[in-house]
Amino acid sequence: MKKSVLLGTLAAVGVLAGAASAGTLDDVKANGVLKCGVSTGLAGFASPDANGRWEGFDVAVCRAVAAAVLGDGDAVQFVPLSTKVRFTALNSGEIDMLSRVTTWTFSRDVDLGLTFAGVNYYDGQGFMVRKDLGVGSATELDGATVCITTGTTTELNLADYFRANGMSYEPVPIETNAEAQLQYLSGACDVFTTDASALAATRATFASPDEHMVLPEIISKEPLGPVVREGDEPWSDIVRWTLNALITAEEKGVTQANVAELAASAGGDPEINRLLGTEGDLGAMLGLEADWAANAIAAVGNYGEVFEVNVGESTAIGLSRGLNALWTQGGLIYTPPFR
Amino acid sequence: MTQEPYVRTEMLSEQPAPSGQTGIVKWMRVNLFSSISNSIISLLTILVVIFALYEFLPWMLQPSWGAESLRECLNDPNITGACWGVINDRFNQLMFGFYPHESQWRPLLAFVLMLVAVAPVLFDKLPRKMVWFSALYPFLGVWLLWGGTIWGPLMVIAGFVIGVVVHKVLSNIVGSLAAIILSVLVTILWWLYGVGSIAGALSGIAPIGIAEVSSSDFGGLMLSITIGVSGIALSLPIGIVLALGRQSDMFVIKLLSVGFIEFIRGVPLITLLFTASVLLNFFLPPGTNFDLVLRVIIMVTIFASAYMAEVIRGGLAALPTGQYEAADALGLDYWQSMQLIIMPQALKISIPGIVGTFIGLFKDTTLVSIIGLLDPVGLIVSIQGTSDWNGIVWELYTFIALMFWVFTFSMSRYSMYLENKLKTSH
Amino acid sequence: MAMADQPAGKSFRLSMLLYDTRYRSMTIQFIMLALFVFGVFWLLNNMYTNLAAANKNPDFAFLSSTAGYDINQRLIEYTSQSTNARAWLVGLLNTLLVAFLGCILATVIGISVGVLRLSKNWIVARLMTVYIEIFRNVPVLLWIVFLNAILSETLPQPKDFKGVDAVASMSFWDTVIISNRGIFVPEPVFLSGSSIMLYVLLASIVGIFAFGRWARTDQETTGRILPTFWIKLAIFVVPTLIVYFMMGQPIDWKLPAFEGRGAIGPDGVAYTKGIFRIDADNGIHIRRSLIALCLALSLYTAAFIAEAVRAGIMAIDKGQSEAAGALGLRQNRVMSLVVLPQALRVIIPPLISQYLNLTKNSSLAIAVGYMDVAGTLGGITLNQTGRALECILLLMITYLTISLSISLVMNLYNNSVKLKER
Repeated sequence: MKKSVLLGTLAAVGVLAGAASAGTLDDVKANGVLKCGVSTGLAGFASPDANGRWEGFDVAVCRAVAAAVLGDGDAVQFVPLSTKVRFTALNSGEIDMLSRVTTWTFSRDVDLGLTFAGVNYYDGQGFMVRKDLGVGSATELDGATVCITTGTTTELNLADYFRANGMSYEPVPIETNAEAQLQYLSGACDVFTTDASALAATRATFASPDEHMVLPEIISKEPLGPVVREGDEPWSDIVRWTLNALITAEEKGVTQANVAELAASAGGDPEINRLLGTEGDLGAMLGLEADWAANAIAAVGNYGEVFEVNVGESTAIGLSRGLNALWTQGGLIYTPPFR
Repeated sequence: MTQEPYVRTEMLSEQPAPSGQTGIVKWMRVNLFSSISNSIISLLTILVVIFALYEFLPWMLQPSWGAESLRECLNDPNITGACWGVINDRFNQLMFGFYPHESQWRPLLAFVLMLVAVAPVLFDKLPRKMVWFSALYPFLGVWLLWGGTIWGPLMVIAGFVIGVVVHKVLSNIVGSLAAIILSVLVTILWWLYGVGSIAGALSGIAPIGIAEVSSSDFGGLMLSITIGVSGIALSLPIGIVLALGRQSDMFVIKLLSVGFIEFIRGVPLITLLFTASVLLNFFLPPGTNFDLVLRVIIMVTIFASAYMAEVIRGGLAALPTGQYEAADALGLDYWQSMQLIIMPQALKISIPGIVGTFIGLFKDTTLVSIIGLLDPVGLIVSIQGTSDWNGIVWELYTFIALMFWVFTFSMSRYSMYLENKLKTSH
Repeated sequence: MAMADQPAGKSFRLSMLLYDTRYRSMTIQFIMLALFVFGVFWLLNNMYTNLAAANKNPDFAFLSSTAGYDINQRLIEYTSQSTNARAWLVGLLNTLLVAFLGCILATVIGISVGVLRLSKNWIVARLMTVYIEIFRNVPVLLWIVFLNAILSETLPQPKDFKGVDAVASMSFWDTVIISNRGIFVPEPVFLSGSSIMLYVLLASIVGIFAFGRWARTDQETTGRILPTFWIKLAIFVVPTLIVYFMMGQPIDWKLPAFEGRGAIGPDGVAYTKGIFRIDADNGIHIRRSLIALCLALSLYTAAFIAEAVRAGIMAIDKGQSEAAGALGLRQNRVMSLVVLPQALRVIIPPLISQYLNLTKNSSLAIAVGYMDVAGTLGGITLNQTGRALECILLLMITYLTISLSISLVMNLYNNSVKLKER
């Protein structure tokens, strides 16, 4: 049959799509584009706008790495991934890095062949309830119906928490945040539990946020961060230090606006100089250009700016820095020195 | 007094039937109120329909087309129902995904040309010469959608020409069967080793081509159609082979065909899609890396070919045994009889079934949203993930359902038309 | 004789493997088998190489480790401390439950719609056509999500039942709660003496069969037609009911109820709309996810079944129903005694494939949070252990087994009703 010719074409396309794998850094440089796995859509963290341009907190990390490696923050191919496929997509080489609200846990790090390149958001699992439920604490939730976004660590945390407190509950697993929101608002569950950041973001979009409250208990630690494949140290160094560069930039007052000026010539602060490549050869050690960090900061801004633009108090999400403030301001955001 | 009994002397003109026996009244009496129980059922049904419309229409008809975010709709006192602004805002995305704006004429053209290409198969009144276009279309379509240099597809076509030439030359020297095997081998070798380098060299000399578009930019309805159409087109030849294999006398071939068909039909598509997204890369040589859309097309093809095989098997079974016997009596060998007698008839009978399989497959493409491809259903999550449209639900579902409905309904109507036509021709 | 044997044995040439029809089929089969074995070997080899590179080996030990998550609908004992294998089994039972209920419901709706579509009542026939065309032309995934959302939005939520300003109330004389968490029905508690009722019930079932038999012979000898349905119903219900009351009502019904928490809020206001406890004390809980999934699957599948039923009825020659009419049978008897039994033979093969489709489509359950086998083994277990290869393999085997069993059973049934030709 004549249609079989398509097979041949497909094979040809497949050959074009195939690529040999050396180090990830070489691959990315050869392709001229960074393949970065993100959520299919999570307010504030990753979503495409009407023109198809991806935006969000996680997306900014991808752009920063692309800018550091390739000098262009737009040289990213975003691969939307569901929770189920995210790790295999990384393991099978379909993406170069994963920046998708992924919790750093022991088993993922050790057993699944992944390397976490750092933490870009310290989160924790919380509960949201309607105020007229008359519940002031998570310990009063015995017998409640709980909506959970499935596919993450939340199910296990929830099971552990209720078991430890000797309470029963009715879990309602839900695939997406938007669906969970619908169920919760229609009263199909008493409680909505997920990462506290997502809870706050969700509550902010309600027609009447004041009727709902986030309970004080945070029942888990959810350090979210970018992930790379295990066994490619040069590449994980790049991702780790790109993130660190954004944080150091905030610490040292390097912003998207002044980075070009500061990077033009060596200034008074030696760490800024090393960071921006006007002193020393940190970039060369990573196998990158000297201005790698300057490019990353120029593309997305420093950590604080990324936070403010995407999820900060001025946005619809309206998250406060909290744990994610710099260590100098009482938060946990801290980086090793650039030396 | 004798009075003449009244005798009518003139003919009465024809009277119209009593008002209860004509027009709408009669129609209603026969079709709606023929008995008491029927009347009750009719009235109840009418009430249900009116109630549904009463509930639904006011929600539908809202002056919200221009809204730019859900909040705007909520704050506007004139808007009490649907917020259609989301469709206006994201229409392009729902249609083309992230396909570059300036190149969107390409998928459109590819779609229109596809209609032209399938026309000679679907409507037999058209000139037969158009089949040549249908044969060329797959290359054209792939080139239009993915772009790149024109030499790639041309070189792949050249492979067929080479195959035919080799076959012509060799069949006089080494006999027909060996010639077929050799020509197939030569063609495959050409595709594997010749196409890439020669196309590369040619495009270096004469860079004719259009901008390349990566499959990761595919999305929306266009992605559904691409997956559905390529799945069905590719599965047709495989399905034919499987159907013949299932009817074969050769034990091993039959066993393999039946095993394959029953396995694929026994598992849900979603597990095959998981395989495509999660596992397929593990089964390919280290370093090979197909992109996800291609892997999904491969899995969907495998899925559809099992169903296609069953449809074609039905077509083969529907042919009277006389046809097989007549072919044998003419002294035709297996392939000749299949090619000249059996297949043309069996395929013609199978067309409604093939269209049915396509409709099913087209609807099933919505499952790719579960593995993270941004088809219309997958885009719902993305759109809800933006701060403008967080919380929007029904408008998107309604629009997407309607979109699918228009496509599948028209196809199923066509299939019915075809069935009726086939019925009379017997 | 010797002459005839000679050419085959004597002058065997290699080319005969291709050109001699006696050997050709063997050659082809051998080549195909070799290609197949080689292909499988190639795939497995690739898999092992790739897995070794990623430091992972196929390993099913995760099945016996603790699952760690809870499942809402469990037909057998299960806690978050049970193993992943147990979670798989719980999911499998949930799949079977929804598939079973869905198939029954789809058959009932499908046959009714299929028959009604041929009704002489114009508006009913039209409405059925509209139903069929709307349901079968929209992807089933959309229907599942749609119906779930509709149920959760339109049904009253638990707090609507409570307090002085309650806007909803319990149905069926305060015995059933219909809410968007699902439907709660009374649960029977069997006290001593209820076993006698069971025996009576069994006896009346035997009685029904005996009566059916008697009625048939009676009809064959005398021509009397009894209202068998009503009599059978009476045999089924009446003796058990009598015993129930004679024994002093040995079945206790655990009624669902609302337990308000009535807590005092931080601002000193008493809340009346507290948590609605869902546990064993609250009757039988039919979850909304089950209802929505079951409804969506069966409404979708019923549209296809209705078409099959219509095609089956239309395939029966008009002469059949005319002949039946000429014998003096009434309209509904023509349908049930003459047309449908014959149409059944045409209907059953497509019905089997629709049952299979429904079962396979139930794997979309996770879209409404129904924990079927694709949600436990292929969902949370896969996510938490990262054992994608193993989980998907087991999932495929599970569905394959279900599908093959269904088609086996249905094909046996099909063979038993088939026309025995010649």
